[in-house]
Amino acid sequence: MACFLVSAAEAVVTTIAAKAIEKKEKEQPELKISFDGTTVETVSKIPFSRKLKWLSRMLWGGSVLLMFEHIWHGEVVPFFPFLTAAGNPEDAAEMLHEMATVGVCMALLVTAVWLGMVIVSAAIEKRAVKEAKKLASSEN
Amino acid sequence: MTLLSSVFAAVICTVIWYKNAPKSEMKVGILCWMYWGASLMWLIDAVFEYAELGAEYFTPAPGDMLNDFFLGLSVVALGLVIWLVILLVKDPKGVIKEAIFKKKEK
Repeated sequence: MACFLVSAAEAVVTTIAAKAIEKKEKEQPELKISFDGTTVETVSKIPFSRKLKWLSRMLWGGSVLLMFEHIWHGEVVPFFPFLTAAGNPEDAAEMLHEMATVGVCMALLVTAVWLGMVIVSAAIEKRAVKEAKKLASSEN
Repeated sequence: MTLLSSVFAAVICTVIWYKNAPKSEMKVGILCWMYWGASLMWLIDAVFEYAELGAEYFTPAPGDMLNDFFLGLSVVALGLVIWLVILLVKDPKGVIKEAIFKKKEK
């Protein structure tokens, strides 16, 4: 009915947060890492604002495509009140229930997947730094 | 069917992105985020529907299946159109700029 609105709201918040964080972020420190385990290269760390943009892109993309599905099913219309379920109290209550269950679960799953990606990217970063340190110490 | 269409689109786009990485001239990453986001959301939709319908969820009526497949294709097409608009606006290869502004010959 309008489950995508929860993710869309989260997308707005994460987009604003990413912009605010980006402004405050200083230049990222340089790291020595190894991509292939044989050579050491100097790179800069991915800032948190860029990682937050991953989440907002997933949320925006998903929300837009789901909104299209709702238009397809006649649940979103181009005139007031825009959501057909908002027309009468019974349907509105059902819509709010769906937003609280399906909508919240959608937003939670996307956020959980993003958190997993952030954790994995941090682990990859750590491993590459470790390999570079190992290489540097073996060269000395 | 909608979930399946978006998952296939997401997988194909991710493979194309990985093949061309680290170059991102065509901004395929946008498509990956969009389709993966939608796939995760439709997965939740499918889980709730399965909880409601049970095994019946896997045996939809042919008419419903066709409608869902048509919707899935339309969703993939909409994603592609959004990507194309972003690509042309951002113009990472400068093709649009070159088409609009003619270089002066010396």
